[in-house]
Amino acid sequence: MKKGTLRALKVAVFLLCLLPLTKLALEAFGVRGMDLGANPVEELIHRNGKWALNFLLITLAVTPLRRITGWNQAIRFRRMLGLFAFFHVMLHFFMYAGLDQGFAIGYIVEDIIERPYITLGITALLLLIPLAVTSTNAMMRRLGRRWQKLHRLVYVIAVLGVWHFYWQVKQDTLEPLIYAGILALLFGIRIYYYLKRKRKMSALTMDESIRRETA
Amino acid sequence: MRQSNRIKSWEITSERNYLNRRSFLASMGLAAAGASLLPAVGNAAVRELETVPGAYSSEEAANSWEDITTYNNFYEFGTGKEDPYQNAQDFVTEPWTVEIAGECAKPGDFAYQDIIAPHTLEDRVYRLRCVEAWSMVVPWVGFPLGDLLNRFEPSSNAKFVRFETLYDPRQMPGQQRGVLDWPYVEGLTMEEAMHPLTLMAVGIYGKTLPNQNGAPLRLVVPWKYGFKSIKSIVKIEFTRRQPRNSWNISAPQEYGFYANVNPTVDHPRWSQARERRIGQGLFAPKQATVMFNGYAEEVAHLYSGLDLRKNF
Repeated sequence: MKKGTLRALKVAVFLLCLLPLTKLALEAFGVRGMDLGANPVEELIHRNGKWALNFLLITLAVTPLRRITGWNQAIRFRRMLGLFAFFHVMLHFFMYAGLDQGFAIGYIVEDIIERPYITLGITALLLLIPLAVTSTNAMMRRLGRRWQKLHRLVYVIAVLGVWHFYWQVKQDTLEPLIYAGILALLFGIRIYYYLKRKRKMSALTMDESIRRETA
Repeated sequence: MRQSNRIKSWEITSERNYLNRRSFLASMGLAAAGASLLPAVGNAAVRELETVPGAYSSEEAANSWEDITTYNNFYEFGTGKEDPYQNAQDFVTEPWTVEIAGECAKPGDFAYQDIIAPHTLEDRVYRLRCVEAWSMVVPWVGFPLGDLLNRFEPSSNAKFVRFETLYDPRQMPGQQRGVLDWPYVEGLTMEEAMHPLTLMAVGIYGKTLPNQNGAPLRLVVPWKYGFKSIKSIVKIEFTRRQPRNSWNISAPQEYGFYANVNPTVDHPRWSQARERRIGQGLFAPKQATVMFNGYAEEVAHLYSGLDLRKNF
């Protein structure tokens, strides 16, 4: 892909990623009769949480997409998608801490300690911070091979995030289970390609040893 | 002392209801003007009711018609808060029959009209506290459940009352999924059922109940979490033994039989100490939840000697 095309595509994807936030903002400010419903605080918290998970799953879909389609340029969009996930996680948290709890530290700490789903959620959020901080080119260079190791944390974060959703819903677990299913599928594709590569590698080394023996 | 704990006498309530009614009628006038532009959704079927001011009304500002009719937990029509509003519009509630059964002298099937005809309909503004830690103030129309139950002459064996919601998955799309064990069932002790606060509600804001609010008749037990106030009732049964209730069947560690509003006993997954009052916008703080939802003076004696931590 040409540099110009890539840049244009990146801008397009960026604008697309801004749509959920734009819609929330229009509803929050009551533009053209749009609104957040009878419980706007809950709506803001839930919608941001949902979009955090959506972006996390989309980010995790980039590598499977590359493997399946062979379109390696997809990697160019991964950082932006991941940062959108981080952005909505932070909005999710600050809507909860600010609008819902009024920044009452005592209540927030009690929630984190006593309510397992919030413990999971805050853990996922804290683990995301180092990933966001080390997402720059400079940090990637500085960390070298360790960067990739560090960023494998995203698998743990995704599991914690979906689990947080599952434990939060009152009774109807269909939606979190759909998220869990998609996450399992994304993990499954990774495992499939990992095993395939491993088999190929061992076949190669076997070829090598046979050749050496017969030589 | 916070104002919200106080309950004013019915005289003052009548004035407030009068004002509510007027502002509501004004808004209906506006709605009627725009009705030709809108699809026939919503509360096309609701009718004006003949009411008198009732006892026990709260002086707190009632939530708007819109809040009360678009933010509902009524899983028979879906688990999202706006699902009942979306999915209940075509729900048919005429004709409607209620079966009276169990330990009483006069069981039988009664048409909706026969159920309500002998009773004077009262306006009663009650607080409603959901187990999910949000609350509203609802201007109900109804009559004391006890007055209804007495007509069937319950025997001395009647210790509990069991209620059942309609089961009709064709009309109630939520029942096509096993989110709860359908039909929805609830229960009260006889003392709770006969308490003058306990209401058989047939309307809100001086009109018949919109479908999403449990048409045509539902229970209102204002000192208990909202899920006790069963909607669209088709069966009332006097029983000797304590009946199970749907939420208790589905998650016994989270929902009990009594389900009295109690800020000191948390739900296992969230705090019950505070609640969000619907309709106060983005920046309103939560408010403290009050024991028995502020009706302790009227009902606390029903539970003397009962460990409310165990009997949550």
